[in-house]
Amino acid sequence: MTMQPQLVPEAGGSPNPGTPDSPLSEAGVAAAPQEVVGRSPGQLAWRRFRKDRSGVISASIVIFFFLIAFAAPLIEKLYGKDPYTRYGQIHPGLLNEVGAPIAPNGGISGEHWFGIEPAVGRDVLMQLVYGIRTSLLLAVVVVIIVTVVGTILGITAGYLGGKVDYVISRVIDTLLAMPSQLFFIAFTPIVLALFVSERETTPTMLRATALIIVLSLFGWTRIARILRGQVLSMREREYIEAAKVSGAGSGRIIFKELLPNLWTPILIVATLDLPTYVTTEAALSFLGVGMTEPTPDWGRMINKGFEGMQSDVTYLAFPAIAMVIFVLAFNLLGDSVRDALDPKSNR
Amino acid sequence: MTETISETPAPAPDPAPKSPGEPLLDVRGLVKYFPVKGGGLVRRKMLNVRAVDGIDLSVAAGESVGLVGESGCGKSTTGRLISRLLEPTGGTIHYDGNDITHATRKQIAPIRSQIQMIFQDPYSSLNPRQTVGTIVSSPMEVNGIDPEGGRKKRVQELLERVGLNPEHYNRFPHEFSGGQRQRIGIARALALQPRLIVADEPVSALDVSIQAQVVNLLQGLQRDMGIAFVFIAHDLAVVRHFSQRVAVMYLGKIVEIADRTSLYANPHHPYTHTLLAAVPETDPDKSGNRTRVHAFGDMPSPINPPSGCRFRTRCPKAQDVCANEEPPLIGIDTLLAGHRVACHFPGPLEATAKAEESMPEERIEAALEAGITTDPE
Repeated sequence: MTMQPQLVPEAGGSPNPGTPDSPLSEAGVAAAPQEVVGRSPGQLAWRRFRKDRSGVISASIVIFFFLIAFAAPLIEKLYGKDPYTRYGQIHPGLLNEVGAPIAPNGGISGEHWFGIEPAVGRDVLMQLVYGIRTSLLLAVVVVIIVTVVGTILGITAGYLGGKVDYVISRVIDTLLAMPSQLFFIAFTPIVLALFVSERETTPTMLRATALIIVLSLFGWTRIARILRGQVLSMREREYIEAAKVSGAGSGRIIFKELLPNLWTPILIVATLDLPTYVTTEAALSFLGVGMTEPTPDWGRMINKGFEGMQSDVTYLAFPAIAMVIFVLAFNLLGDSVRDALDPKSNR
Repeated sequence: MTETISETPAPAPDPAPKSPGEPLLDVRGLVKYFPVKGGGLVRRKMLNVRAVDGIDLSVAAGESVGLVGESGCGKSTTGRLISRLLEPTGGTIHYDGNDITHATRKQIAPIRSQIQMIFQDPYSSLNPRQTVGTIVSSPMEVNGIDPEGGRKKRVQELLERVGLNPEHYNRFPHEFSGGQRQRIGIARALALQPRLIVADEPVSALDVSIQAQVVNLLQGLQRDMGIAFVFIAHDLAVVRHFSQRVAVMYLGKIVEIADRTSLYANPHHPYTHTLLAAVPETDPDKSGNRTRVHAFGDMPSPINPPSGCRFRTRCPKAQDVCANEEPPLIGIDTLLAGHRVACHFPGPLEATAKAEESMPEERIEAALEAGITTDPE
């Protein structure tokens, strides 16, 4: 009775190997009937994810955005424009005397597919394409820093407990209690002032670094809190005790026993964090404390578009729509990732 | 369940000859207190949960000692102290002549592999992200053991030994049933070829039909490999089947310890009587004329245990002396050697039943009302 394990229906030795069941043919590995192959939780999650249509669609959109960000220089070459040149001022006939694009819908033409920027006359498509780069680069770097720092501190707090846990938890509570948006606005200029005197122009890299520092400072708390809770509940599991009885040290227990069980929350939080940082970065740029002229940036474009919204909505529409699509797709992807990895969780 | 077990062939007559020398495991005066924050808003008193409060226990090589008692009597804590998962508050633990009471992880490393553990819950004792092969081989990896023919071969041998298909090496725990998972846990405990296994209620989480199989598997392992067991359970029938000696625990203390036959045939502590009376009778014709005794009310809080004998608040035989003097765990002339009881008025079952009959009504009520609250200090 116990000798025969419950076979997962799709797994190898099906009772009648003659009739191929559909999921079996899907999985290429099932070809060898002799080999009993177990499916890891990761493989099961991947199978669930592939069946989730909104997840697959949003993943394709997200990948599309990432590809564009990567291939921006290539697009620039093929398209023949760059995001900095003021075409409207170089070529007559693009902008009228008050600076509005002459062609309809914000100057959309065969030359400038998404139109040109009012007054300055830069190409909108190229600004959008390079704007993705700015947002994604910042967001990805922040997510990486936040995830690494949060994971280390969260696991440390949960596993060691006691005074260490107390200190880390209080720091997290304090940071979470602060109104972070206000702090971003207030602190970014301060961080910048640490590096550059007010009179000089700030290099773009420095601005980006300052933003990353400020965003990361507050960002790590979320993942750290979640992981601390997870580790606290996992620390008392018997498989941890079993590892201790076999003589394993803390390092081995954290990396071999705990961490594999924590990839799920880490991945979920990271995928849900990324769109948050994209919007936060855009919001800061919109408010004027993020990226500034002439760096292509969605938030800055939306800000500019706001000014001319009444005369021509096109310049506002492109970055706004692009951002809505990206953030929506990424959030849906995050939900699907969670559903796939953790099917028992209720939203 | 009792039936399933009694059908299996009777265990071999004590495979472990009483070794004249030192026992494999020798526990003296073992104490474990867990500090808790007491009541009071301003001045918090630190109180102690006296989970284990002075236990003497010795296990010979190849011997199986059962540890029984209600939930919360400290038997699992004792197991975790012996396997050094918990740090003892007091007392000593000697393994094979070495004092391991406060040994650090590094100090204990040479004998770590000799003391292994089987856990209660087969669902939380296996890491869900690891394959069976990884789970069973990781103790070997930690201890740097490279068996002949490779670890994989050894794991497959172990899986076969515990009655699993060695082909399932690459499977994950979620693909197995509870009984199979427990077998994986047993294979992991065997991976280091231990001499002592602490089995913490290894079958209580399992389906009744599976319990007998797992107990028989453990028994086979004990007989064939000569492994000593500390077998923790709350099921007296399972312990009777498995252990050569049985210790009964109550509120952090051993109240009676004896050879299997002596304990079950001739129990002398009132608490043992109540435990044995609580075992359901499978034969309805017999159950009517059984002598029944009860423990009244609930177990007192281990934070503030009763003075003197800890069982006195629920004991039908309790008298004034029980509140004032703690009975030592001593042998009794009329019983076999090695049968020791911690009671001021030890006696056979009938005596306890008689005492219960003549027990005044108000004492029963007082005991029931007392619930888990304990005497004031």
